[in-house]
Amino acid sequence: MNRRIWLAGAVGTMGAAMLSACDRVTQAPATLKRLLIAEKWNRSAHRAVLGRGALAREFAETDISPDFRANGSISPNDADYRLLLASNFADWRLVIDGLVERPMSLSLAELREQPARTQITRHDCVEGWSSIGKWKGAPLAPLLDKVGLKPQAKYVVFHCFDTLDPSAKDNTQGRYYESVDLVDARHPQTILAYEMNGAILPVRHGAPLRLRVERQLGYKHAKYVRRIEVVDSLQAIGRGRGGFWEDRGYEWYAGI
Amino acid sequence: MSDAVFDAGATPARPRKTIIRRHRVLVRINHWINVAALLLMLFSGLQIFNAHPHLYWGQKSTFADPWVSMDARGDRGLTKVGGLVFDTTGVLGRSKVDGVWQTRGFPAWLTLPAQRNLAVGRNWHLFFAWVFTLNGLVYLVTGLAGRRLLRDVVPTKDDLKHIGKDIVDHARLKFPKGREAARYQVLQRLAYSAMVFIVLPLIVLTGLTMSPGLNAAFPFMLDLFGGRQSARTIHFLCMVLIVGFILVHVVMVILAGPINQLRGMITGKFAIEEEAP
Repeated sequence: MNRRIWLAGAVGTMGAAMLSACDRVTQAPATLKRLLIAEKWNRSAHRAVLGRGALAREFAETDISPDFRANGSISPNDADYRLLLASNFADWRLVIDGLVERPMSLSLAELREQPARTQITRHDCVEGWSSIGKWKGAPLAPLLDKVGLKPQAKYVVFHCFDTLDPSAKDNTQGRYYESVDLVDARHPQTILAYEMNGAILPVRHGAPLRLRVERQLGYKHAKYVRRIEVVDSLQAIGRGRGGFWEDRGYEWYAGI
Repeated sequence: MSDAVFDAGATPARPRKTIIRRHRVLVRINHWINVAALLLMLFSGLQIFNAHPHLYWGQKSTFADPWVSMDARGDRGLTKVGGLVFDTTGVLGRSKVDGVWQTRGFPAWLTLPAQRNLAVGRNWHLFFAWVFTLNGLVYLVTGLAGRRLLRDVVPTKDDLKHIGKDIVDHARLKFPKGREAARYQVLQRLAYSAMVFIVLPLIVLTGLTMSPGLNAAFPFMLDLFGGRQSARTIHFLCMVLIVGFILVHVVMVILAGPINQLRGMITGKFAIEEEAP
């Protein structure tokens, strides 16, 4: 065997072994748990400088991206979703329940009758890209007032139609979900959007209804919302970290 | 009898070695925390970059026309910078991971973790961002309060006058001897000042400007850098400058006498050679 090839192979193998050893160290659950303390620092620091009401920047019509990207599910295959889509969401209803005084469910027409807000905002994907779009929808805060939160309410959970991880064994069965605290839930720009860029919300962007929570990254903006549940703890849902991607290692507070 | 060893007069041809105190303890601690934090942020940052290995200018991404892009066409890795396209197969755009070709921006040996994992990259990056920034603040505040930064690092008028000579000396790899070796020369002062006062603060500020939360708190930062995607691009360019600085810095340490230089930054003791009186 050519000595040079052998040497190159040996160096390559050693390099690969070192890299995978590195990966074991850098991805050890205990290490990652310690690193996630930074999420709390970020959340506290942001809350201190942000206050509750600071608004995300709103842009002009001319800033709207002609090429707004869609990530995650872009065409859910779930049977219940397909059925609703086939009838143009005529039978779709948004359920709001959990720790509320008066659980309710709304049709798309009833949601459109709620006070509406239109905003042109920037969508920042955790991957690094940004697109600007115009959203119209019902602000969440008045809806929460309507159902009346119980005193122990702490988080608002958004359950979605789309199965993004069919292999998941937890009680979400791999369906997307997200959650925010009451500060973000009551923020004036937090809306349940049914229109994008002046047209009915397209399937790839979450038809019939998606969340906009403008001071956080894209994965918080749950698409294909079917149920809003108010809870006092995120423990019992999925793997207990408050969202589909959070259960897979991402930060729950995604303001950075 | 022992005179021969210790009496400089007995060996006039040989310069005498004197140990001086070079760096104070806080600076040494700052330096090594900075080494660890910067390296971890570099490798985890490249992992994050790989999630979308394209850079843009402005508020938003223009997917069809990035300014910088690392991608693959067929089995070739291509890197686009402005109007130029380079074949960077094997390193950028397309490289092997555990013997298997992958389309990825930076290669596995430059990312933390090696395998593609944005969540873990972010965990490391966002933790060490705090370490890096707090450590840098301690360095800046103590350095400015004690006027040490202004005295030892910022170039003086006199330094700038002799910049021509310093450039020639550097090009010839001629390093200062004696007391002058313990003092930063003008090119060093310019490089260190640029890092301490411009590039490192800039990489922190552009990093913060990528945060949608902080954008709501400090919208003027978006205007300062021309938008979130510009901030991301400037953040990347600062990284390139820092890597360049580190490479030159390490080469200079090696050329100037790595043992003595390293000892200066670890124990604070630094040997200089003095001409016999």
